[in-house]
Amino acid sequence: MQHNEKRWQNLGFQLGAVVLALLLTSLVILAAGAPPLDAYKQLLKGAFGTKMNVADTVVAWVPLLLATSGLLVTFAAGLWNIGVEGQIILGSIFTTGVLKLLQDSPLPPAFIIVLAVLGGMLGGGLWAVLAGVLKTFGGVNEIFGGLGLNFIATSMTIWLIFGPWKRPGVGSMSGTEPFPESLWLPTLPGLRLSIWAVMLGIIALVVIYFLLQGTYFGLKLKAVGNNPRAAFLLGIPTWQYMLLSFFLCGLFAGLAGSLQVVAVYHRLIPSISSGYGYLGLMVAMLINYQAFWVAPVAFFFVALNIGSIQLPIALKLDSSLSGVIQGSLVLAVLVVEGIRHRLLRK
Amino acid sequence: MEIEFRNINKTFGTVRANIGIHFSIPAGTIQGILGENGAGKSTLMKILSGYILPDSGEIYLDGELAKIENPADAIRYGIGMLHQDPLDFPPMKALDNFMIGKPGSLFPARREAERAFLELRDQFGFTVDPNSYVDSMTVGERQQLEILRLLWLGVRVFILDEPTTGISAQQKEKLFLTLRRLADNGNTVVFVSHKLEDVEALCDRVVVLRRGELAGQMTPPYDTDRLIEMMFGKVIKLDERLPCSATDQLVLRLQNVAIDDYRLQIRNVNLEVRCGEVIGLAGMEGSGQELLLRACAGLVRTVGGRVIVNGKDLTGKDTHSFMRHGVTFMPASRLEEGLIPGLSINEHFILTGEQKGVFIKRDKAKSYSQNKISEYSIRGFPESRVEALSGGNQQRTLLALLKEELSLILLEHPTRGLDIESTIYIWSKLKERCAKGAAILFISPDLEEILQYSDRVIVFFSGRVSPPLDATLTNVDQLGQLIGGKGWEEIFEKEQVGVSNAAQ
Ligand SMILES: Nc1ncnc2c1ncn2[C@@H]1O[C@H](COP(=O)(O)OP(=O)(O)OP(=O)(O)O)[C@@H](O)[C@H]1O
Ligand SMILES: [Mg+2]
Repeated sequence: MQHNEKRWQNLGFQLGAVVLALLLTSLVILAAGAPPLDAYKQLLKGAFGTKMNVADTVVAWVPLLLATSGLLVTFAAGLWNIGVEGQIILGSIFTTGVLKLLQDSPLPPAFIIVLAVLGGMLGGGLWAVLAGVLKTFGGVNEIFGGLGLNFIATSMTIWLIFGPWKRPGVGSMSGTEPFPESLWLPTLPGLRLSIWAVMLGIIALVVIYFLLQGTYFGLKLKAVGNNPRAAFLLGIPTWQYMLLSFFLCGLFAGLAGSLQVVAVYHRLIPSISSGYGYLGLMVAMLINYQAFWVAPVAFFFVALNIGSIQLPIALKLDSSLSGVIQGSLVLAVLVVEGIRHRLLRK
Repeated sequence: MEIEFRNINKTFGTVRANIGIHFSIPAGTIQGILGENGAGKSTLMKILSGYILPDSGEIYLDGELAKIENPADAIRYGIGMLHQDPLDFPPMKALDNFMIGKPGSLFPARREAERAFLELRDQFGFTVDPNSYVDSMTVGERQQLEILRLLWLGVRVFILDEPTTGISAQQKEKLFLTLRRLADNGNTVVFVSHKLEDVEALCDRVVVLRRGELAGQMTPPYDTDRLIEMMFGKVIKLDERLPCSATDQLVLRLQNVAIDDYRLQIRNVNLEVRCGEVIGLAGMEGSGQELLLRACAGLVRTVGGRVIVNGKDLTGKDTHSFMRHGVTFMPASRLEEGLIPGLSINEHFILTGEQKGVFIKRDKAKSYSQNKISEYSIRGFPESRVEALSGGNQQRTLLALLKEELSLILLEHPTRGLDIESTIYIWSKLKERCAKGAAILFISPDLEEILQYSDRVIVFFSGRVSPPLDATLTNVDQLGQLIGGKGWEEIFEKEQVGVSNAAQ
């Protein structure tokens, strides 16, 4: 009875947050001089209007799923892995590197793709461990370390595209020379959507869910995250667990970056991570780090992103509106959470 | 200020923490609040100081209904509280901490604050330095700081939730003088404690809570047996000395151990601890006993000498190696170092229990926790988060977490915040372990406890370490002297005699 009441109360608060976010965004849209309802309709149409739109939404869902899943691990250990963005980028770079190295070898293409994906995961993992080492041994807060490493990763991409890996002739913002089609992850006919990528994304989420909910490892991470000092005295090797959580998150972020290369762009492009790392941080915060909610909320977020592509054409609104909605949603949820805390403190 | 509680009710889920509490406290008095662990004392105090809201009931201050909805409201009414477990000790200067919560200016006037700080400090004869850091202060100093802060905020009702657990006898004496002075100046003091002798010595009147209800009130002269009966619903006899179960086998050997700290140096500690033995470490807070205890757990690095556990030289090894050799350490600050807020009792048992395979076997773990919960009579459920437990129940949980197979148990304030009944019970549990061959070293600010439960006692005074004294041959007076730095030559002489006697 008590329990039920509480659940309804929670649901009420969450609905309140969504309404608040919609109100905020509607204000922004009004201020931009467009009718809000129309804008929302266009958003929906952009995300789900055609088969192609739906496929694109799902394509974008995968890296966000992966990044958010990885972030749940570092959040469990009490770490703000802002560096996730750079870890995605390093995944792309390593994958591109392996593909470039092996594309002319006699190895079977499927094998090359597998190696490239593994390489990408490793790249992301190592980049994350670097942030971890900076924190545990260098005393650099992971937020600052991560920001720095993100910056380096972005610069590295640009340097590679215009330097060592430039297209024959002259380097261009459109990226490196595309790989031959044999090295693409197979996609559904006529669409950019790869079933393999989607499956990997879903498997990753399931793995993380069980890792955090059901294993000793997950519980220890949570212990380290909530009180490192006590966890250490209870016998948990604290810094090792922190590094390991960085590495795990990096693996998932690296996989996201890797799939961007083998399944979506088939080359390295300057903005290969597309901000999925930062978006993943927002999703994780929004769902209060509950693995159960990653899939639907991540889907909603990418739907907004894909849907907003239509806006400039249809309503002369900038497509950054999706960012406004996402941002207000996170803020609204945090505010409502704060209010709930105050009200229910009794 | 006169305080009147009218029919206060508060439930947490299914736990009824306060049921129809109704009584009043006249101005200018020291009101004692007694009750067993989980009786609802802290809850009632948090309601008075605005940290939690009651489900129903009112508080009247000087006959007028008060609307206290948060701690800031309470401060405005002149009510301030010193908590049982101060939650965080930020690396912040005492003066900055002092200035927190002072309403008014955006740019606080440090100069003025410092002047006020020093003035109040001298007025009460405190010793806290405004420029020392809060996280390096002793519990007693933090208390002083907190009292100064509340005074500066204009507080006239001081609530102290178990202020005497964790401070030395001297600090306690000083605290009592301070509280008396506050009351004599017309302030109201509410004093929550488990220590009957403290309450009897200090309080002008006492109420007893039991399972959330008001069990009774008393004014001097106090009838101790009657108070105990009100608290526990039965008569409890203080225990006899439990027999010593020491054997000849050595568990721990310290050879010429030296420890350096920024405030003191410890040199040449030699000690042999046998299986089944209990050794109490006495001393004013910060005299070196904490350092030595932690050194025996590998938590403080020794700068000289050797630490040998079960015949193995573990000098310089980390605490996890010590743990592998059967050493365990239980810290005094339970929510900072001992338990993990956010995790349930069950999860704590999973973390410290046996771990087979990758996946947690929740059902098995839960029945194990259930057993431990009833064995240690923890008032809580396997799913309860540790921060929702009452102070005493957190302490029981900490003790219940001690592994089965241990050879050396190091305890900081093992019965901190426990009521009399639980103290007796916990010690019987610990003695059981001794009978199975474990040795115990423990720190307690309570000399009675040290004398009652240890076989030998080591006294510390600013880094000096006494030879182990036979607990049956010393007494509170002697220990009190030694703690204060007096009578040290005598024991060293006696030691010489003792050693030569043994040699003959
Ligand atoms: N935030 C909370 N959530 C759930 N239960 C709580 C919470 N705070 C207190 N309780 C429960 O209410 C009861 C009374 O707790 P309270 O802290 O008032 O006890 P206490 O008399 O101060 O005990 P102790 O002497 O051990 O400190 C306990 O059973 C406790 O578990
Ligand atoms: Mg309490």
